Amino acid sequence: MAKMTLKDLRKLRDAKRQEMDMRNPDNKTADVIVSMGTSGIAAGAKDTLKAFVDELSAQDLTTVAVRQVGGMGLEHAEPTVEVRVPDMPAVIYGKVTADIARTIVRRHIMGKELVNEHIFDRPAADIVDEGKRGE
Amino acid sequence: MEARSSTIRLYLEETGDRLTVRLEDNGVGMDAETVRRAQDPFYTDGVKHPGRAVGLGIPFLRQLADATGGRFSLESAPGVGTTVELVVPREHLDLPPTGDLPTVLQQALCYAGDYEMVIQRRRDTAGYQVSRRELVEVLGDLETVGSQALLREYIAAQEESLDDTEAETWQR
Repeated sequence: MAKMTLKDLRKLRDAKRQEMDMRNPDNKTADVIVSMGTSGIAAGAKDTLKAFVDELSAQDLTTVAVRQVGGMGLEHAEPTVEVRVPDMPAVIYGKVTADIARTIVRRHIMGKELVNEHIFDRPAADIVDEGKRGE
Repeated sequence: MEARSSTIRLYLEETGDRLTVRLEDNGVGMDAETVRRAQDPFYTDGVKHPGRAVGLGIPFLRQLADATGGRFSLESAPGVGTTVELVVPREHLDLPPTGDLPTVLQQALCYAGDYEMVIQRRRDTAGYQVSRRELVEVLGDLETVGSQALLREYIAAQEESLDDTEAETWQR
């Protein structure tokens, strides 16, 4: 197989973008913030992050932002994930395995319903400090 | 990124019987005393999590070098930057499996912030290089799932090209 070039990547991106604009005209989207400190990674945060990207792609929710931060200070509950969906309270989920990540995509992001049994509510300090959120 | 680096370079090389991982940044750096203490698992600077006294990333690398008969080094200078290097035998029984490299590299490139990250990958005679700035220029952003999925596909294709080069070398 010929090596994929940056030009090929640009073509793929343009094709996907066109496809997405047709399906999702209002473009209202969500934020998923995964805690990727050493303890989070040891508890499986890389698999969790991959599960979010895979499931959101599979559901064509390609405009959702998935970000990584260091530890949120909730080591007992790793892997931890903050989810922000417009018109819903921001929450931090704990013990988010790949399976729970898929549940969060389907129930919280798509179904607009909190996954109560996994909620730990605190903001992600790294991102608040950088002033990236309107709090 | 937390060391306020504007450029990070990651070398990931498998040559002969060695695996070399080297990470260089041009961030705030550390003085000699901090370099020494950073290798202690019960030390952290406490800036991000006041009161916490555990920092495991660097001690884990040291432990891996010890367990496999490899070599680990941490060099740093305030205001200049830091270089971490791990060299281990590729086939050692105690070396953890490489895992899903395209996903790991995609995740490494997708931390938030405005910085350059260059990954130089080599496996014996084959290799490739990716630049975060070039990827942002092509994909528009690295935050959305759409971009991240494409980025992983791109890196997976580069990794596959290493296998192809290896096969061609064998055929010759």
